[in-house]
Amino acid sequence: MSLDAKVPAGPIADKWDNYKNTTRLVNPANKRKYTVIVVGTGLAGGSAAATLGELGYNVKAFTILDSPRRAHSIAAQGGINAAKNYPNDGDSIWRLFYDTVKGGDYRSREANVYRLAQISNTIIDQCVAQGVPFAREYGGLLDNRSFGGAQVSRTFYARGQTGQQLLLGAYQAMSRQIEAGQVEMFSRREMLDLVIEDGRATGIVARNLVDGKIERHSADAVLLCTGGYGNVYYLSTNAKNSNVTAAWRCYKRGAYFANPCFTQIHPTCIPVSGDYQSKLTLMSESLRNDGRVWVPKNAGDTRRPQDIPEDERDYYLERRYPSFGNLVPRDVASRAAKKETDAGRGVGETQLAVYLDFADSINRLGRDTIEARYGNLFEMYQRITDENPYEVPMRIFPAVHYTMGGLWVDYELQSTVPGLFVLGEANYSDHGANRLGASALMQGLADGYFVIPYTLGNYLAGITPGTAGDVSGEAFRSAEEEATDRIQKLLNVNGSRTIMDFHRSLGKLVWDHIGMARNADGLRLAMDEIRDLREQFWQDVRVPGENSTYNKSLEFAGRVADFLELGELMARDALEREESCGGHFREEYTSPEGEAMRRDDEFAYSAAWEFNGTPRDAGLHKEQLEFENVKLTTRSYK
Amino acid sequence: MSKLMTIHLKVWRQASATAEGRFADYTVPNVNPHMSFLEMLDVLNENLTLSGEDPVEFDHDCREGICGSCGIMINGQAHGPNARTATCQLHMRDYSDGDTIVIEPWRAKAFPVIRDLVVDRAPFDRIMSAGGYVSVNSGAAPDANAIPVPKNSVDEAFDYAACIGCGACVAACPNSSASLFTGAKVSHLALLPQGSPERKERVTAMVTQMAEEGFGDCSNHAECEAVCPKGISITAIALMRREYVKAAFGRQ
Repeated sequence: MSLDAKVPAGPIADKWDNYKNTTRLVNPANKRKYTVIVVGTGLAGGSAAATLGELGYNVKAFTILDSPRRAHSIAAQGGINAAKNYPNDGDSIWRLFYDTVKGGDYRSREANVYRLAQISNTIIDQCVAQGVPFAREYGGLLDNRSFGGAQVSRTFYARGQTGQQLLLGAYQAMSRQIEAGQVEMFSRREMLDLVIEDGRATGIVARNLVDGKIERHSADAVLLCTGGYGNVYYLSTNAKNSNVTAAWRCYKRGAYFANPCFTQIHPTCIPVSGDYQSKLTLMSESLRNDGRVWVPKNAGDTRRPQDIPEDERDYYLERRYPSFGNLVPRDVASRAAKKETDAGRGVGETQLAVYLDFADSINRLGRDTIEARYGNLFEMYQRITDENPYEVPMRIFPAVHYTMGGLWVDYELQSTVPGLFVLGEANYSDHGANRLGASALMQGLADGYFVIPYTLGNYLAGITPGTAGDVSGEAFRSAEEEATDRIQKLLNVNGSRTIMDFHRSLGKLVWDHIGMARNADGLRLAMDEIRDLREQFWQDVRVPGENSTYNKSLEFAGRVADFLELGELMARDALEREESCGGHFREEYTSPEGEAMRRDDEFAYSAAWEFNGTPRDAGLHKEQLEFENVKLTTRSYK
Repeated sequence: MSKLMTIHLKVWRQASATAEGRFADYTVPNVNPHMSFLEMLDVLNENLTLSGEDPVEFDHDCREGICGSCGIMINGQAHGPNARTATCQLHMRDYSDGDTIVIEPWRAKAFPVIRDLVVDRAPFDRIMSAGGYVSVNSGAAPDANAIPVPKNSVDEAFDYAACIGCGACVAACPNSSASLFTGAKVSHLALLPQGSPERKERVTAMVTQMAEEGFGDCSNHAECEAVCPKGISITAIALMRREYVKAAFGRQ
């Protein structure tokens, strides 16, 4: 299959308008004849379900959690970008577009990113109207702050809980549609398979997580809004239930998986403290506005930070990148931290940390100002580490945070399976090889509130309503049977190692070989070792309990089984991409200064993988990226 | 290296909503004081799995105190001993070697037990559906700066909007009232101009739904405020009452 991105004609600034002006519409009386399934109810899914309900479609929404309000979007801290230019500091739609393409190291699709920048302003309007309590100035107008990879202040924020407030806005909008009868909510349900009939997506098979019953749901289209796959690393900032299962099942049914090796390692997380660690906690990038990153100049300096004099400290980001300083993009900041700790200049008990120091800012602005800006983050840090960041510098280290890769989608957010649309972090579309801070919330809400209502209409207008999905038909029956067999197989192994044990082993392999730095030998080794681990899993895992009750172990077992396949595909993808770009850093391809070296002649494409049995047999399809508006240059933040 | 501890647990085990529950005794050796409380339960569950017993079920997700999934009674206190701290943010350094800890699910008629420590908090979602929103369709909003909002109004609204919907307020209340949860949303939206047009309908619908779900009334014990991981003040309940009275008797 050739990949057609379906980018509309015309100058980049007119493409989205051209699309909207010519797209097919569904008339209001016909909308109620269509049913749409939305899987996942975070920013992308919640906003999509609400908006489609408002338009008059029948929506069935699914979440694995007990309430849509708990989706992991809620944990986003720092903010959401928009090109409002309220601060009058030179921002524009063009600049937001340009920064995002550059920040993504030129591996995203121009037209999608431009549309995202255009929509960004409308998102802020929408959220304010919903009652989202964004930070304001004393005059009553909205406040902005700066984030990595930009030289303007375009980030709107709600203390350190922006994701929470935006998600509650989407959840409330969806709740209104639940009350109106337009959205039917299915909580504690896990999608286990995608059903395809006559070549198009017509439903899903889901497990009721309370009683284990497998349910069949049909629809005229399926929207996958299930987030990212960062938990393949075991330790990440993702919530414990975040997983790849829904996306992976779609991949196995024919949706291409794009750029799986593009994962984001966030530079400022609380370091690992021991083997028992179950997850990592992010400290918002916004802290780099006022915190200075440093390590001791001399390796092995174990003095307390306050005892290290100024001239024996290396503020390495300010030194190496004077124009962006502490606000370089995430991939650059993470690699720089790794370079310091690799050279033995790490700090803290494990030596796997660097300092993020607020002493200068507290002296300059006063403790009250710092507390007003970051109080809840400082509190969270202290609760976890038992150290007071007002008095001693924070210790931070990079951790897996976000995945730019995901299911391949065209300009309409449609996957390679007709009728299957993918929104938010679950798709791969807008962030290229590195996502800039405060852009994930923007993309999730853009997709759900303002893109899918148009592009879904265009698809549905070509479908006769009510023709999709006979749940008693063969496709649904066999999908349910496969799901049931798999659950039984997991329960029947009854081996000697726990699910968490396997997940930890996988995480270590993926972190060591497909983490901040990668090389061909390591990637080949990872492919073999992940395959071997997967084989051991199916022979030796122990899944306690039974299917017919609430059983979190069983849920996790199914997800780890899918991660064990995804991990191998990530290594394959990383091996294939013989260049360094964004978060994908191949040690063989670096500049003399040790910076990432892209190879645009050969690798200016998105890699879309087609399922073909085992991960190593996956078929590679390339979507060549055309840059008509942004000149490809070496990213420099110096 | 921190000294490892041995912790004894009395954990509520209940197979389903209708089954009879009981306390089970467990001992968890080698507990690192830097572990979170949930990581200690992870260790317990790994041990139970290897010994052929069913793990203890508990809800959890973000493990950074914002999703509101976790929530258990720890020695009779919702979310344990520390103020403004969700269960997932509690660490074992607050306990001593040899301690016995009693762990139970939220106890409230409106929150039936699903299994062990997992309860059904769907009533909260239904209270929200009854009116906890501003009726504005996607695309219909004016410019974000069209309506200035005083900074102190937004800051106060935020204090209430910070609710994570964990249900600790209900669990701690002698009446199992959901007044702090409901009052927090009513107050958040009532304090903003965007929430004003629907304030009367909103408070009436949400309070009515709260009663229908089987939550009790508030009688000012303030236990809810004491356990709230986000430190939401019971002023929310006073505001909700004022809104309610205004809706019932004020000028239409």
